[in-house]
Amino acid sequence: MDAEAQAGIKKIVESQDSKDNFIVVLGASDLDGAEISAETVTLGDPSFAGPLAGVSLGLPVYHILEPDVRRCIPEDVYNESVGIMAMVVDPQEVGERFKTIREKVAKNNPS
Amino acid sequence: MRKLAREVKIMFQGKKAIVIGERDGVPGPAIAQCLSAAGAEIVYTTTECFV
Repeated sequence: MDAEAQAGIKKIVESQDSKDNFIVVLGASDLDGAEISAETVTLGDPSFAGPLAGVSLGLPVYHILEPDVRRCIPEDVYNESVGIMAMVVDPQEVGERFKTIREKVAKNNPS
Repeated sequence: MRKLAREVKIMFQGKKAIVIGERDGVPGPAIAQCLSAAGAEIVYTTTECFV
């Protein structure tokens, strides 16, 4: 994730009294890259190069291609906006990987 | 349909969504459109490009 995006996210989250209501939703097709972005907004920038270096926001992170996310979005809107990517990337694998990430975050940020 | 509406309410309704799309995957505005339809408030959107 580039430094500009990290700075924007940090500013928005820190401007609020509570971060309870925030969620992050990713759309990367490369799942390894998506995992790095997920780590950046939860545990901090793993490259220690951007504004989120050492900043653990602990935000719940989802991928738009997860089956559980898809179920929450009106079908016509989802098919029009995202549909074709769901055929390119395996949604089950995305769901499993992001569930693991959220479990890891919950472990590191017990509330 | 009623079941779908209940699930939408639980997961995204009233949430402040930060959207990080990707040019070669799902772009930010497409994700934002989906989340808005599910009741979330979009507070940040970007579309990353790795070339």
